[in-house]
Amino acid sequence: MISLLQQTAPAVVENTETVVSTESAEAAGHGADAAHAVAGAADAAHAAAGHAASAPGMPQLDFTTFGNQIFWLLVVLAVIYWVLSRIALPRIGGVISDRQGAITGDLMAAEEFKHKAKEAEAAYDKALADARAEANKIVAANKAEIQKELNAAIAHADAEIGARAAESEKRIGEIRASAVEDARSVARDVTAALVESFGGKSDQNLVNEAVDQRLKGALQ
Amino acid sequence: MATEEEAGGLVFHPMDQFVIKPLFGDGAVNWYTPTNATLWMALAALAITGLLVFGTRGRAIVPNRLQSIAELLYGMVRKMVEDVTGKDGLKYFPYVMTLFCFILFANFLALLPKSFSPTSHIAVTAVLALLVFVGVTVLGFVKNGAHFLGLFWVSSAPLALRPVLAVIELISYFVRPVSHSIRLAGNIMAGHAVIKVFAAFAAIAAIAPVSVVAITAMYGLEVLVALIQAYVFTILTCVYLKDALHPAH
Repeated sequence: MISLLQQTAPAVVENTETVVSTESAEAAGHGADAAHAVAGAADAAHAAAGHAASAPGMPQLDFTTFGNQIFWLLVVLAVIYWVLSRIALPRIGGVISDRQGAITGDLMAAEEFKHKAKEAEAAYDKALADARAEANKIVAANKAEIQKELNAAIAHADAEIGARAAESEKRIGEIRASAVEDARSVARDVTAALVESFGGKSDQNLVNEAVDQRLKGALQ
Repeated sequence: MATEEEAGGLVFHPMDQFVIKPLFGDGAVNWYTPTNATLWMALAALAITGLLVFGTRGRAIVPNRLQSIAELLYGMVRKMVEDVTGKDGLKYFPYVMTLFCFILFANFLALLPKSFSPTSHIAVTAVLALLVFVGVTVLGFVKNGAHFLGLFWVSSAPLALRPVLAVIELISYFVRPVSHSIRLAGNIMAGHAVIKVFAAFAAIAAIAPVSVVAITAMYGLEVLVALIQAYVFTILTCVYLKDALHPAH
């Protein structure tokens, strides 16, 4: 509507002006009334044109530009669609799936490494346990050997000590026996001397018997 | 102009920024004339290419900044399509991505000073919405045949209500492209016009600081709107696409 006015208004003004000029030239004799009326018409047309040109209407409703906008919009949309569907979107999609793949691959590799590390740790633990067991075995064997040697040495020492003790005992017995014998013979001699000093006649057998009798229990 | 000059010497031209002019000369705007709309739509295409093609040229496993942004957009739209329409909707992902990128970049580029906002024009958004509407309708009939009409026949409702609901559903279906397009154009146009009005007030020295603050606030809001409207347009496209692929309620 407004655009229509915009288009037609200048034309109207133009027409009116030509009419004014021709009519005023031709019909000069018609008098002031006619000229006045025409001038009034021209003024009205001017006012209409001015109003149409500066109307605060919406350029959005200017249908004369629709064809232009639609044409260029379709061109631009086609270009964008072509660029996106042929180049941009496949590329971005590819990059994203590549990244996804890389991340999955890395995660799997990490999992594998973790597994390997665990295996290595288990192997290490096993080796450590084996070594420890071996060491224990060696220690036990050594201990047993040492114990055996020790036992043998102790037994040997015991036997020697026993032998020496027996020998000493034997010698002590001998000494004691000789001491007893000495004491007996001294006692007999003393007894015989006593009997003789008392004026008796010493009978060797009787004296021996009496001394043995008294000594029994005292010695031993 | 008479009414505008009456407002205390202030000059308001909030809509002049939307006027479509030829880029070269002052001739008429024919359908093939390169205009400011052409320029800014082309810049949007260029920016999209820059980000999504140039930005990803490294194809890096560990992305740089541009590539991360490109992947972010890709992931967001793709997830949206997949979540809303399902796996079989991914076939139409490039087209949805095209719509999203175009609207997003047109909106953001329009926030540059002295720029032109193609998405503020109903001609542009109507074409975008109609492409979706016609495409979805055709797709629905091609994929499902007459079964697509089941979209309007609410089989979970009581039988007596179904014809009424069918009429309502039918109306709402045909209103879709209208709301779809006007929502976008209206939001962008309104925001830019409001900024322009605030800017006009800056001509008065006493009001200028307030005006600058208001423009800054509006600008922040418009940045948000630019993203949200692109998102809304795209997600509605996905919803309509879902209806076409799975018309059952």
